[in-house]
Amino acid sequence: MVIGREARVDAHEVLDAALSRVDKEAEALYLARDAALTRFANSQIHQNVSEHDASLRIRVVDGGRSGVASTNRLDPEGIADVVRRATALCERAAEHPDPTPLPGANGGVDSRLGWVQTTADADPEVRAAGAAAVIEAGRRAGLSVAGAFSTDATVMAVANTNGLRSRHATTGARLLTVMTGTDRASGYAQAISPDIGAIDAAAVGAEAAEKAVRSVDPVVVEPGAYDVVLEEYAVQTVLEYLSLAGFSALAVEEHRSFMELGRQIMGSNVRIWDDGGDPSGMPAAIDFEGVPKRRVDLVTDGVATGVVHDSATARRAGTSSTGHALPQPNTFGPIAWNLFMAPGDTPRDDLVRGLERGILVTRFHYVNIVHPRQGVLTGMTKDGTFLVEKGRIVAPVRNLRFTETIPEAFGRIDAIGRETRLVGAEYTGINARVPALLIRDFTFTGATAAESAGGGG
Amino acid sequence: MNELIDLALDAATRAGVSYADVRVSERLTEALTVKNGALQAASTNLSSGFGVRVLVDGSWGFAASALLDPGEVERVAREAVAIARASGLGRGRPVTLDDSPPVVGTYRTPLTEDPFSVPLDEKLRILFEADAAMARVKGISVREGSIECARERKTFASSDGARVEQEIVEAGAGIEATATNATDAQVRSYPNSAGGQHVTGGFEAVRAMDLPAHGERVATEAVQLLDAPDCPSGEMTLIIDSSQVALQVHESCGHPIELDRVLGMEASFAGTSFLTLDKLDTLQYGSEIVNIDADATAPGGLGTFGYDDEGVPAQNVPIVSAGRFVGYLTSRETAPVIGRRSMGSARASGWNVIPLIRMTNVNLRPGDAGSLDDLIADTDDGLLISTNKSWSIDDRRLNFQFGTQVGWRIRHGKLAEMVRNPTYTGITPQFWGSCDAICGPQEWTLWGVPNCGKGEPMQTHRVGHGASPARFRKVRVGVGRW
Repeated sequence: MVIGREARVDAHEVLDAALSRVDKEAEALYLARDAALTRFANSQIHQNVSEHDASLRIRVVDGGRSGVASTNRLDPEGIADVVRRATALCERAAEHPDPTPLPGANGGVDSRLGWVQTTADADPEVRAAGAAAVIEAGRRAGLSVAGAFSTDATVMAVANTNGLRSRHATTGARLLTVMTGTDRASGYAQAISPDIGAIDAAAVGAEAAEKAVRSVDPVVVEPGAYDVVLEEYAVQTVLEYLSLAGFSALAVEEHRSFMELGRQIMGSNVRIWDDGGDPSGMPAAIDFEGVPKRRVDLVTDGVATGVVHDSATARRAGTSSTGHALPQPNTFGPIAWNLFMAPGDTPRDDLVRGLERGILVTRFHYVNIVHPRQGVLTGMTKDGTFLVEKGRIVAPVRNLRFTETIPEAFGRIDAIGRETRLVGAEYTGINARVPALLIRDFTFTGATAAESAGGGG
Repeated sequence: MNELIDLALDAATRAGVSYADVRVSERLTEALTVKNGALQAASTNLSSGFGVRVLVDGSWGFAASALLDPGEVERVAREAVAIARASGLGRGRPVTLDDSPPVVGTYRTPLTEDPFSVPLDEKLRILFEADAAMARVKGISVREGSIECARERKTFASSDGARVEQEIVEAGAGIEATATNATDAQVRSYPNSAGGQHVTGGFEAVRAMDLPAHGERVATEAVQLLDAPDCPSGEMTLIIDSSQVALQVHESCGHPIELDRVLGMEASFAGTSFLTLDKLDTLQYGSEIVNIDADATAPGGLGTFGYDDEGVPAQNVPIVSAGRFVGYLTSRETAPVIGRRSMGSARASGWNVIPLIRMTNVNLRPGDAGSLDDLIADTDDGLLISTNKSWSIDDRRLNFQFGTQVGWRIRHGKLAEMVRNPTYTGITPQFWGSCDAICGPQEWTLWGVPNCGKGEPMQTHRVGHGASPARFRKVRVGVGRW
């Protein structure tokens, strides 16, 4: 594991060894990660992998010129080579007319918030046991089980010639499953935590199995506007893509975000924020510039109140970085990936009772941004979509495609679940602790009802 | 290097594996980005390491490390075996591999001009000239151009006796202009979105793009889009440009023909496939003019190589023939399920991950509809759309929705007004069944997709799709209003 490696390669030794070879301003980023994943499908383990990697990234700065190089060869020769490559790029680079200085000294950050030793020590037998518990839950229900149980341990350290020194060690564990059966039955569940001990594999299995059993033989529902209850998995995905579309200061600066700061863009019952320091999420103490993360209130009572910054966007906006930088320089800008949405006062189970006729959505699949300026997203429902009438689930439903202007939809939230759940992103690493939501007139623009047509031999 | 490979194979064999393979690779990349008249980023990245994959009692284990020393090689080999034994705790059907003969060989990407030998100044000249061309158009808020190069050297060896050395070189470039006003933001790109066009080959491909020559047009179209009417809604005849047809092939054909996906191995991530085993050789996937191949030998394709990451030689195999579905992408583990030998599409995105079934170059063969101008002239009423902006498809690869950067109405065989925010949606076999014209070889381009995601942990890989513009009838366009 990483900690074992650290006995051989100390993060700050690597950083200092690199910076000492540079005769200009420079930033060094060390990233070491041990990751392991046990994957199962058709109710058996079919992929089982582990990797160790550690890399060093050097950014050499000379006024408006800069060059970046990285390597995962951390012996003296490898470090010398990466410094040479970064310096050579810097010396030949074109002058940037408006450069951003490296962040200043921060007094030193050394955080282990979100580090759990048992997660770092997890071996393949532990993951296999978790997989077996999920598979057993599905087997009892006559379902085919797929999923993945992963663990990782990461050390990130940043230093620069201004005296900044930051280091953060974190762990993560995630278990997810999709269970399928005859007649299009499908169910999903996941759990994520820095602490593998907090992952209840049997409960994850039971949740997915229950969903799958209820979704046998779904009926066709015509696309249109429906009142919906979005479970937490679906809400996380919506927030994830809102973050990609517009929670960044660069997106606002470049006029491609739906976030109009100071304006009411969602309902007054909506509060969304980013907080890497909240241990109820997946904590991250620093960003890739080594700047400590600060809580940023993104949407407060429906008003766009903030966006996340890196050093470059902060300087141009006349503020300070909020600690949301990706490795610099980049064109993507800062990113909010420790999201939270405030709970409401409706017991989660009562949300469905609030639907006269509507759709219960477990999760969304393959969501993408259609129009970032308006916050328009599209995607499919998946693994448990149900028709609700008079407050009761009456039938599972074939998957539907939504195309919706999310800020407007978040202006039609009628009830918010009292409980929140931490949900891990499917693709991006943007995790969110969110409640379930009841939204009026959510727009579904397509269905898979016609899927069997057009084929045949 | 060979000593370390032999050490890993020996260590795995001593531990009692029935099969082992080792991949050692080193990938060097260089990326340059010019944004709004300034060099935004100049970077190089070097990543090297090795992975050991073993079969123990019919179960897989894999471990990888960046530390290339004898002690670490032995440790990683032992770890891979321990993981495989843990896999056995949840084992069902034991894994068996096909009888592909072990191959010894080498491959190097053919190229004219090594991209790493081109001076930085020359690359920056191209990007700054393209930027200046975009800057000549008023109303552009963001201008961006990039050039990326990569060189991967890798060695594969197996306990069967295979040993393959390859050097793959890639080059890519593109520009993009964003125009904004008080209520909208519109983007145009060249030659394609998502970083432009990418190939295996040398810097000659970047020069051939001639980015500066297209800067002003791209920027002008972005500004024009701000005032263009919205794409109409309803069923229309749709002509899709070559680059968007390529992405349509990617999502609605390339992914559903991955045999591991068909067999449920990706069910927990991006899903399964409607192209179940019973559809092979029976399903009419599209109209009779639709012919699709998976061709890992196509010159310049981003999915072109000499051997896949199981040591199987690159091949060109039919996937859709006269509209009928006839083939899958396969690996040594999955091919026996359909009674075939691997066609060589097991690919790993790096040393640290296992090979999965990945697209090679999944190409729509050109048709006989002539040039794009000919096809437009042959269309009385319709819509031409270009350059992908958004994409989404369901977990069986049936229900898709795409958005493109720009569209133009077609009236009486001629291009008419520009429309903004074009979207279209459909069901895969119905959609391909509605294809009634495909332009000829003169319009055919082999596009590179450098950002194809699959698997857990997710591997972002590089694949290719050749396509000509094509026409589809009765397509639902203008989906969703905002």
